[in-house]
Amino acid sequence: MYREHHRGFGFDWITIVLFILLVGFGWLNIMSASHVGDIESYFDMSQPYGKHLVFIGLTIVLIVLILALEAKFYERFASIIYIVAMLSLVGLFIFGKDVNGARSWYGIGSMTIQPSEFAKFATALAIAKYMSDLQTDMNTLKDQLKAVAIIVAPAVLILLQNDAGSTLVYASFFFVFYREGLQQIYLMIAVSIIILTVLSLKFGIIITGIVSALIIFAIYFFRSKKRVSIIQPIVVALICISFSSGVKLFYDHVLKPHQQNRISLWLRLEKDPVKLEQMKKVEAYNLIQSEKAISSGGFYGKGFLQGTRTTGKFVPEQHTDYIFSTVGEEWGFLGSSFVVVLFMALIIRVLYLAESQKSQFSRVYGYGVASILFIHFTINTGMVMGLIPTVGIPLPFFSYGGSGLWGFTILLFIFVKLDSNKINEW
Amino acid sequence: MRKLLLLLTVITVGIVFIARLFYLQVYNKEAYSLFEDNAIRKVYDYPKRGYVYDRNGKLLVANQPSYDVMVIPREVEPLDTLEFCQLLKIEKEDFVDRYEKAYRYSPRLPSVFVPQLSKQDYAVLQEKMRKFEGFYIQKRSLRDYQTSIGANVLGDIGEVNQRDIEKDAYYKMGDLRGKQGVELSYEDVLRGVKGIKFIQKDRFNKNIGPYKEGRFDTLPQPGKDIKITIDSDLQQYGELLMTNKRGGIVAIDPSNGEILALVSAPSYNPNILVGRGRSRNFTKLFRDTIAKPLFDRGLQAQYPPGSPFKVINALIALQEGVADVNDKVTCRMGYYYGSRRLTGCHHHKSPVAMNDGIAQSCNAYFVNIYRKIVDKYDDAGDAMNIWAKHAKSFGLGNFLGYDLPVGRKGRIPDGDYYDRAYGNNRWGSTYIVSNAIGQGEVEATPIQLANMAAAIGNRGYYYTPHIIKEIEGDTIPSKYTTRHDTTIDKRHFEPVIEGMFDVYNKGTAATLRVPGIDICGKTGTAENFVKIDSVKTQLTDHSIFVAFAPKDKPKIAIAVFVENGYWGSRFAGRMASLMIEKYIKGEISRTDMEHWILTHSLENEYAKPYSGEPFKINGQTTLQVVDKVMPPKDEDLNNSTQIEANSQ
Repeated sequence: MYREHHRGFGFDWITIVLFILLVGFGWLNIMSASHVGDIESYFDMSQPYGKHLVFIGLTIVLIVLILALEAKFYERFASIIYIVAMLSLVGLFIFGKDVNGARSWYGIGSMTIQPSEFAKFATALAIAKYMSDLQTDMNTLKDQLKAVAIIVAPAVLILLQNDAGSTLVYASFFFVFYREGLQQIYLMIAVSIIILTVLSLKFGIIITGIVSALIIFAIYFFRSKKRVSIIQPIVVALICISFSSGVKLFYDHVLKPHQQNRISLWLRLEKDPVKLEQMKKVEAYNLIQSEKAISSGGFYGKGFLQGTRTTGKFVPEQHTDYIFSTVGEEWGFLGSSFVVVLFMALIIRVLYLAESQKSQFSRVYGYGVASILFIHFTINTGMVMGLIPTVGIPLPFFSYGGSGLWGFTILLFIFVKLDSNKINEW
Repeated sequence: MRKLLLLLTVITVGIVFIARLFYLQVYNKEAYSLFEDNAIRKVYDYPKRGYVYDRNGKLLVANQPSYDVMVIPREVEPLDTLEFCQLLKIEKEDFVDRYEKAYRYSPRLPSVFVPQLSKQDYAVLQEKMRKFEGFYIQKRSLRDYQTSIGANVLGDIGEVNQRDIEKDAYYKMGDLRGKQGVELSYEDVLRGVKGIKFIQKDRFNKNIGPYKEGRFDTLPQPGKDIKITIDSDLQQYGELLMTNKRGGIVAIDPSNGEILALVSAPSYNPNILVGRGRSRNFTKLFRDTIAKPLFDRGLQAQYPPGSPFKVINALIALQEGVADVNDKVTCRMGYYYGSRRLTGCHHHKSPVAMNDGIAQSCNAYFVNIYRKIVDKYDDAGDAMNIWAKHAKSFGLGNFLGYDLPVGRKGRIPDGDYYDRAYGNNRWGSTYIVSNAIGQGEVEATPIQLANMAAAIGNRGYYYTPHIIKEIEGDTIPSKYTTRHDTTIDKRHFEPVIEGMFDVYNKGTAATLRVPGIDICGKTGTAENFVKIDSVKTQLTDHSIFVAFAPKDKPKIAIAVFVENGYWGSRFAGRMASLMIEKYIKGEISRTDMEHWILTHSLENEYAKPYSGEPFKINGQTTLQVVDKVMPPKDEDLNNSTQIEANSQ
């Protein structure tokens, strides 16, 4: 495959156009969701949309910087960038500032910076670096554990700062490992864990235990030609059952009440209508308002700046995590489907480019970018539409906030730079 | 495969999300309406409801302001509760109760704190209201009846129910609309059109500003005043006469179909359905299944009409050419078919021709001519169809089409009716002779009988009875100014009217004559039965009277119906004569008759079926005498509303 390298400096303009569309459309929606009274100036710095416009302006500077640097820089300095990011996360425990119960911000004057947004691309770089190392063999347990350690470090730090949502993002690296040769058994284990978790919460330990034991013995009797010991399936079944009990214990004792409620609402665990109402009032207010806003948009939407629920600020946090509900109300089914398609196109484009990379570093990094974007998009949009429990993470390129926008921009444009350099990779 | 996992997951998620969006935004979505949007506050501006005047321009129904003290609990600041309670005339504990109730309903939304203050309390409170943050006074408009009569005609207004809202999107929760009487039938005219303001609110229910600069806001249009055809003096007199009795009086102006009086007894003071006492009082009226004060006996009391229906048979016989005015029929205290007596009769001279037949209300005479009508054709069914067509042309047997919301169809059986009942051709005139004397299957309501009297007085036509006389800035519907002709030729009316005139001269109502007025009338006595402990039991007959006056160019046609009043001229006839005199002369010369009506009560009679003991009826009873009923004075009216308003 040949592309024009002279005219476009070798950059993938499809990715860049998708990026511009998302950021631009995102800004329009931030304006709609955050404006109070009439919009007098787009640069009104007292309003989120004005500030965000400045963030976007700074993003352009950032992009130019990223693209101007040598592509090899990122591979060479990946470890250092990772260490700096980790240090900045550790530093939060000393210098950090509490916002909404999460200690994940540095305050510099009136500005705040959220290092966890930058830790994502740092981790992606570090993983890419580690996995592209010739000495790394992802089929050995030792190297697998090392790779996992790279991910777990930021995840644990962020979890300790009370930002459970952002921690979940690091699970997305599973896709990267799998692509790079993690054994099939891990995929099966991952899928089983998800199924077992949902089953044990929804139906309890006994039913889950019986169902999993039946399936395991069925597989044992019908699949395996050479008779292995009967001990094996018994052990597997026991593991399943203890895992199931573990899930229950975790749910009851480790999760905080609001987290329990979110899961309970999602799986419809609460049967008592009075308690359910109470729970809905406390925990699902955002969700209900956001679903109502989206569905009130209808097919064509109410029009830009015309959403009555958006104007009335019915959805809390609407310009940050719940920005998608603005799209739903004002742009309707057409507009919100368009946004879904844009995200899918961007992720698939990045995936496609990653597969076409010649260096393993670029490929792994590209895969990391696609996975992180995917998990953010899925969790955020799924939550706003009421498909998955409430988890507070932003919608990439869309949500209001400088750190988030810059974090994702750096994440994406390092890959654009790497991609533009693949012709030189020999 | 490894390359595809993420790709496939991405595509799956994308499809699931778009499907979810489709479900939320397209499939599961009701049409968007500004009214359904709870991010938009709708503030209504209610117009003045139209006034109601009687035919002489006397104001019957006006509006009165009413003041509710409202509270928004969140906005309440610490206040001098003692002073506030004194102003509102409530106890301190009561204050706390009310406040907590309002808070439980909603801390952010307004609740009624004290409803319907009196004007005096309002005046005092208004001065000091600014001291009490979170409280405000909301003005509402209630009906103000300037009279104590005509509750069944005037009706009342009340809050709309769920059905009203579903039927007509104009109404919103808490709106008032007509519930009965002209308030209901002229609701669209009286209510006007409310104005509306759309206000954008935020999630704390605070107003942010007008929605789209008030582009969709509208101004209220005031309701129109109406003038109704009721003569309030006549109505009041009718209600006075009906005191201690149950029944209905319907008086119509035959020249145009205007309803002059529509009395239903027992009735109630319309003012009790205004304000704080409304729901309590309405429930009381509604639950009274014995006296049924909400049942309009002038419009809904469907009974066999009895003898007044005989004149219709006389007219049909003349029209069909089966009887001559001078044909005489011998009456042997009843009508005999072979040796079987089909119907009885009372004592009078015999033989009788048509004139005396009507004047003496001879059953035998009418069975005779009725059988001639039915037997005129080979097929009794055809004959009955023709008979029914004639009878129905007097407005009987179907809804008249008047402009009040309740009524009954009455019943005029035709050939098909009896074919269904007996089988095709398995019946003949002797099966159905009861119709000859207005018993049997024939049924009518008092307003239908009054309309029938009007059609006879007009010699063959009538205008649909109606209650509306004038609508401010509009004309009344054309159906009330369209003449309906009966199928009887004009020349056949004279002998019949002469017979009705002789009812007064020498017949069954000879004692009821009013000097100076030529009244034509017809008495009626209708047998009636009820089930007591599932045993069919006969009660004292209903007293019925139908009349019009004067004989030529009648000004009033009237039907009076008194439950269990026994024979026609006993109660109903007296009342009809008095009403006619009152209307035509404006004063009463037959004070003896008036005195008799006002001092006799039928309450004993009505109590009998509920006494649980065996009782006697008709001739074996004695009438209950009471102190003379006095007409209500205006002060009484005012006092009664005052008591009602303060009793809670």
